[in-house]
Amino acid sequence: MTTTVLDPTGELAPEQRERVTRPESLNGLTVGLLDISKPRGDVFLNRVEEKLTGLGATVKRFKKPTFTKPAPVDLRHEIATSCDAVIEALAD
Amino acid sequence: MTDKPALPDGLVAVVKKDCPTCVLVAPVLEDLAARADLTVITQDDPTFPADADWVVHDDDLALSWHHDIETVPTLLKVKDGSADDLTVGWSREQWEEFAGLDGLGKDLPDWRPGCGSLSVDPTLTDELSVRFSGSSLTSRRIELAALEDDWEAMWDRGWSDGLPVVPPTEARVLRMLEGTTRAADDLVAVVPPDLVECTVEKVAVNAVMAGCKPEYLPVVIAALEAACTDDFNMHGLLATTMPVGPVLFVNGPIRNEIGMNSGLNLLGQGNRANSTIGRALQLVIRNVGGGKPGGVDRGTQGNPSKYGLCFAEDEEGSPWDSYAESRGFSSDVSTVTLFPGEGPRLLFDQKSRSPESLTKHLGQMLVPYASPRMVMQFETILVMSPEHMARYRDAGWDRARFLEELNGHLLLKGSDIVAGADGIEEGMPEFVAEMDLPKHPPNGIHVVHGGSHAGLFSSAIGGWVTGEMGSVTVTKEITR
Repeated sequence: MTTTVLDPTGELAPEQRERVTRPESLNGLTVGLLDISKPRGDVFLNRVEEKLTGLGATVKRFKKPTFTKPAPVDLRHEIATSCDAVIEALAD
Repeated sequence: MTDKPALPDGLVAVVKKDCPTCVLVAPVLEDLAARADLTVITQDDPTFPADADWVVHDDDLALSWHHDIETVPTLLKVKDGSADDLTVGWSREQWEEFAGLDGLGKDLPDWRPGCGSLSVDPTLTDELSVRFSGSSLTSRRIELAALEDDWEAMWDRGWSDGLPVVPPTEARVLRMLEGTTRAADDLVAVVPPDLVECTVEKVAVNAVMAGCKPEYLPVVIAALEAACTDDFNMHGLLATTMPVGPVLFVNGPIRNEIGMNSGLNLLGQGNRANSTIGRALQLVIRNVGGGKPGGVDRGTQGNPSKYGLCFAEDEEGSPWDSYAESRGFSSDVSTVTLFPGEGPRLLFDQKSRSPESLTKHLGQMLVPYASPRMVMQFETILVMSPEHMARYRDAGWDRARFLEELNGHLLLKGSDIVAGADGIEEGMPEFVAEMDLPKHPPNGIHVVHGGSHAGLFSSAIGGWVTGEMGSVTVTKEITR
């Protein structure tokens, strides 16, 4: 079960935490590919995976239940804890 | 707040099957439905007291919660959707008067008390208050993932001073807000350094995180109001490289009402109110105002009281007027005083038996604060222990006499403290060399009585720059 809390801050900053700095190289890193569940997005991501693997990256694939809603918080957490970088692909 | 649903006009009874009195009056309800156009609102079993169109199931308890039903059965006269009059439990006399009918429940006793309404069941009240009034809170909702540890997630977002914080859920914040009569959206202060408008709700969120009980909230609100005055200059207190922060102490009836410690270990750990009120203020400044170490908070070394130092004066055990009274407040008013200060330091005297000896020694011990060469810039709180205070009680000295004598021992020879004297480069400018200078500015010693009854030790808390250049001690009335 998730916990919903009230933001204790002055709400001047967006609620998301700051992004990590961009890696210099993808060699040896784990890259997540998030399919948003649009048709043929998998075709595009399959090609991206080939390219990334060629650059020395390990690729992990993830998929949102539906493109109409944000990724569930637990999926975001799983990506954040198991990947060094993530590519969220929009395809139509 | 969700919209208040209207009750059906006419005679309305609120009942639950899990109440012996409601079961007892079930035949009366059937009788009233037939003769007096009664509507029954049932909280649990939708077919109690009958599977009929005059029985309405309050399945989400919205009717009961919004109309403040505390007891079942409650019989109400409803006009335009709201109760005009009501009676609780079973009373033949009152029910007959309400219905305008005779001969109700002839076989029943004259009177029976009711049971608690499901809408005030302790296991449901948090859930119901979130369901029906949670939407009145305006803070951004942040969802923590099920796979995240709540505490780690809050730490990662930068909301903590380093110690664990209590997750500020809607239920906890709503409960905290019951500690004040002020509306959640009332503006309390504009909080430095980011100058963010802070509502009662935001104070409550941070008070939950600090571990406060709802009855502490008025103290936290008053402390924040005091901290955000021009006089107190919270921005400067954060930005200075000196190891200082807001030091709080409380006077008046609220000290005892909320269980604050003014006795043994009053400056230490272990009392919830002392430990969390100052911390709540610091969390508001950190989270709402954005004042964090390394940001605007530039303390070179800091000090542990920056987690939040708060205590209460032992007024009952003191022969003197209270500190707040000495500042012109009435004894029946509660106040919080904010002093821009360091952590406490020991004042050791186990042998003085006369007030003269003790006062002279206290004077010597107060000279080194900040530096023995610095004068008139820094104020001091003197937390006088009961055993030290006994010297003045026995001798009949009052606060004014004590301060006059003490200040007499705090006059320093200018030639001793100018820069360069005795080979030390730090010191006062050369032009004071021929003067005698007081250690403190006028009214710069704040005496507060507290501690246990055993121990010939007192404490002092040094300040940072006072007056226009720095921060002025502020005492603020606490309102509920």
